[in-house]
Amino acid sequence: MTTVKPAALKTTNSILYLDGVSVSFDGFKALNSLSFVVEPGELRAIIGPNGAGKTTMMDIITGKTRPDEGIVYFNGEVDLTQKDEADIAQLGIGRKFQKPTVFESHTVWDNIELALNRKRGVFATLFYKLTPEDKARIEEILETVRMTARKDDLAANLSHGQKQWLEIGMLLAQEPKLLLVDEPVAGMTDAETTETAVLLKEIAKTRSVVVVEHDMGFIRDLGVKVTCLAEGSVLAEGSIDFVSSDPKVIENYLGR
Amino acid sequence: MITQMLLRNHDKKVLWFALAILAAAVLVPLSNLLLPAGNPLHVPDHMVPLLGKYLSYALLALALDLVWGYCGILSLGHGAFFALGGYAMGMYLMRQIGPRGVYANPLLPDFMVFLNWQELPWYWYGFDQFWFAALMVLFVPGLLAFVFGWFAFRSRVTGVYLSIITQAMTYALLLAFFRNEMGFGGNNGLTDFKDILGFNIQAGGTRATLFAATAIMLALALLLSSAIVKSKYGKVLVGVRDAESRTRFLGYRVENMKLFIFTVSAMMAGVAGALYVPQVGIINPGEFAPANSIEVVIWTAVGGRGTLIGPIIGAVLVNFGKSIFTAAFPEFWLFALGALFVATTLFLPKGIVGTLQQFAKARDERKVAAAKEHAYQEQAAKSAGEDGLASAHTQAAE
Repeated sequence: MTTVKPAALKTTNSILYLDGVSVSFDGFKALNSLSFVVEPGELRAIIGPNGAGKTTMMDIITGKTRPDEGIVYFNGEVDLTQKDEADIAQLGIGRKFQKPTVFESHTVWDNIELALNRKRGVFATLFYKLTPEDKARIEEILETVRMTARKDDLAANLSHGQKQWLEIGMLLAQEPKLLLVDEPVAGMTDAETTETAVLLKEIAKTRSVVVVEHDMGFIRDLGVKVTCLAEGSVLAEGSIDFVSSDPKVIENYLGR
Repeated sequence: MITQMLLRNHDKKVLWFALAILAAAVLVPLSNLLLPAGNPLHVPDHMVPLLGKYLSYALLALALDLVWGYCGILSLGHGAFFALGGYAMGMYLMRQIGPRGVYANPLLPDFMVFLNWQELPWYWYGFDQFWFAALMVLFVPGLLAFVFGWFAFRSRVTGVYLSIITQAMTYALLLAFFRNEMGFGGNNGLTDFKDILGFNIQAGGTRATLFAATAIMLALALLLSSAIVKSKYGKVLVGVRDAESRTRFLGYRVENMKLFIFTVSAMMAGVAGALYVPQVGIINPGEFAPANSIEVVIWTAVGGRGTLIGPIIGAVLVNFGKSIFTAAFPEFWLFALGALFVATTLFLPKGIVGTLQQFAKARDERKVAAAKEHAYQEQAAKSAGEDGLASAHTQAAE
């Protein structure tokens, strides 16, 4: 006789599953019963006007903010609302901030080394020695984000666009299953924007990526499913053409 | 594994500096004990414990720099850890007095007899043994830092709020140690020490040895700190200092990272206090004064925080200045200290060593640029010469 597994927490096969998530700050409802699902390997773009709750949503997924109600599952089985930032990062969720956030007083190389997905305890890091495999991996990542020539430069001396790329490189080093990217092309030149779209599509081949962006041209370049948020919940979802022709979206976001 | 880590690639300057401290550990006692008093290289008797005091302050500043300069935790309570280490050593020295006290009680220190205490409080047990006292010098400050840090870092208390509660911590201890009922000598503290490990604490040889021990401890602490900040853990600490949330989102437990360095630093400060007490001959609650902890911050800032050599130089220089200044114009020292801090913040934000490093770096960069320029010109001259030669040949052929 085989024992039947109890109906496990396995909600779906999705990588990210949000249902009825609400949170308010001092009475302001930042998220209002937000629900959406990201499938494994999917690249998803999220758009919406300022204050729509895009960054708050990322804060909730990465454990920075706890929702007042609603459920957030990762990989169909892990309840993210019970974990903190470090736990969630170790589970395999990487996050890129709106403002590029790198370790300015470290070299480009050290930035990647610190991000590398290795043991992260006090003593593990105290006695860490760079192995040939780790060295090769760092070199590979530097190559991917086109930073090899600048590996010995301090991150503080990089341009804005290069910092964005370095941060993406750090996220790659973290080897996340899900990558959350907040406005990756803000402040980039057109050429850099196009290159970033190529890079993100490349990255999405091996993992799920959620991109929050305002730049409609960039979203078009990505050519993926789009979710439009407004006032803390989903307004429309579908292809870019479908979403951008939705009258509600035009009224709330594009038309403004 | 630990020795391997300690021997790992240190910065050359740090190694030289540690060697210089070790040289002082040998040369100062030798000069004091062997050279005649008239010799210009003779270190006078009163200078030896004074220099020893400076070096124990330097060790305290180094400890503070580990948490402030490398991890961004501005502790304004490091004097408390220093004083606790000092009290542990003072308790050992009190028990060594034995029946030679004024009241000739073989077990109880004088102040307890004076207060009519009949027996030794339990927390004084074991302090007649040096090894036990030495252990407590590390354990008591370490435990306090661990418990304090556990709550503070877990609750994510940072910045100025953390600085304020560290001040409150040292102030609370100041008030507690002032009370006679605490059993640590109240207002007067612990003093009138006779000997340490069987040697007369006033003797020239003992003082010279205490100086040497302080210098050796400082050199070892410098190498340990260098090994820590050079490791990947040290890089994570700097990451926490510069972008705490990034470190968290990379999966590091920031609270554990902070807790470890805070505890190590407190233990180092405890050792500094334990070396300080036998050389100045007294420990009293005044060492817990909030202003003392702030002074340590000034030494570190003047020398250069975030460098390892800086706080050592800063502590020695400022305290040397203090010795001279307080002898000449005693009322004005605090004004001078305040002015020094303001001047450092305005004109030398990186401190003495940090500014020197900047100069050295700029000079190196100029050198590299000049070398490149030179090579380029030579290349140009050479190719021009070859062109000239070639045209001469063609002309000759014609």
